Amino acid sequence: MASDFGSMPSATARIVITGVGLTAPNGDSLAEFRRHLLTGVSGVSRTEVHYMGTQLAGVCRFDALRHQKKKEVRVGTRAGSISIYCAREAVADSGVAWEAVAKDRVGIYIGITEHGNVETENEIYNISKFSYDTKFWSHYHNPRTVANNPAGEASLNLGVTGPAYTIGAACAAGNMGLVHAAQMLRLGEVDFALCGGVSESIHTFGIFAGFKSQNALATHNDPTKASRPFDLARNGIVISEGGCLYTLERLDDALRRGAKIYAEIAGWHVNSDASDYVLPNPTRQAECIRAALTRARLAPRDIHLVNTHATATPLGDIQECEAIRAVFGDGCPDTSINNTKSFIGHCMGAAGALELAGNLPSFDDLIVHPTINVDNLDPQCALPGLVLNAPRQVAKVDTILNNSFGMLGINSTLIVRRFVP
Amino acid sequence: MTKDACKQIVLDIIADIAPDEDLSSVKPDVRLRDQLQLDSMDFLDIVMELRKRHGIEVPEADYQQLASLDSSAEYLTPKFNALGK
Repeated sequence: MASDFGSMPSATARIVITGVGLTAPNGDSLAEFRRHLLTGVSGVSRTEVHYMGTQLAGVCRFDALRHQKKKEVRVGTRAGSISIYCAREAVADSGVAWEAVAKDRVGIYIGITEHGNVETENEIYNISKFSYDTKFWSHYHNPRTVANNPAGEASLNLGVTGPAYTIGAACAAGNMGLVHAAQMLRLGEVDFALCGGVSESIHTFGIFAGFKSQNALATHNDPTKASRPFDLARNGIVISEGGCLYTLERLDDALRRGAKIYAEIAGWHVNSDASDYVLPNPTRQAECIRAALTRARLAPRDIHLVNTHATATPLGDIQECEAIRAVFGDGCPDTSINNTKSFIGHCMGAAGALELAGNLPSFDDLIVHPTINVDNLDPQCALPGLVLNAPRQVAKVDTILNNSFGMLGINSTLIVRRFVP
Repeated sequence: MTKDACKQIVLDIIADIAPDEDLSSVKPDVRLRDQLQLDSMDFLDIVMELRKRHGIEVPEADYQQLASLDSSAEYLTPKFNALGK
């Protein structure tokens, strides 16, 4: 179909979510993911990591061959496979007549924490078997490790000829994919966006070793209890893979084709701490949350669900709670607070996008999924409204605020609201 | 090594690098690219796997020798034999 530029873009065009495709350590569809979040099913298990042996991790089980040929899986990357799976599932979920969509008007914007570590480590491991002779280095190394790889593989698979690239934003990246897509839709750069975040990080020993050297890698005899944000016994991050991509459209376009609308993008903000390589900065986090509220024209008491970024590091959880307390205080009786990493670990670049998805069904069922594994709540994390260990039925969910923060001090807050025409 | 055995080695490599292809009826005298979905990167894979698995080097100037199974066997069999395989 020829490009027709759809509805007229504007800086204030309403942007809506019309499709969700995901793979999480505890579910390969939104329905399965949500069911497991409401029934306390963790996705953390054990996996083998080069040089380090058995480690705890969130491992995805999706069938890559559902949307790829065997050769594509062999030549491509895990992040590419995750992106393709999520993109294809999101397109199917959106109900759009994909064959008729002008592919040059589709944008793919995928948040990543990192990319290329896995492929580089694999090649070094490979040539270690050949006395480090670089003539055994793969000719696929460069297309596998370019930073746009996950989006590029998706563009190849789906035949998308519009812009397709990644957004590197550490663990704030999942939100950033949606934010960037909303911006591009408003600018009229594209008419249909596939956006969110992906991570293949469990396949690189460097991430594990780095967190371990930082004393920030979770340990527990029971993998399902290892990720425990806000609990006094938390001892670090569970590294996970995963992905979640959404279809985003301008509201007029979505209404014209009679699309199912999950939510409307209400507001966002992205800022930087400018204070440390790894330590969070609660003052800047609070500023980020407040600025997102301002853009959404909402007060803190208008937010019904806050999904925290908390990764279960001793200090990081306290600092995010400090930021949330500074914004929400005690005057928000209708605000529930939860955490999804307690189920799936930290999906890195996919975290923000996946964690938002897990909460979207709350608009329909008015249930807030809990933060699990909190046996002894850290008093410094005892925020009013925390939903612990069991789902909570609430009276109203019209708004969800989703935090995602990352190293080098990048903060992102995204707010979505129930769609009301 | 016989030429038939050499062809089987090449087919085994192709089976790994092009796992979606049906190799049961590959014609030995027809160019591989004319009967299979193989691109230039795949041919580099064949070269790499010959190097990794069998210690056989194929210089770039000789890549055309790998065009078909017959030409591959013609070119590679002496190399295998020279290695005592």
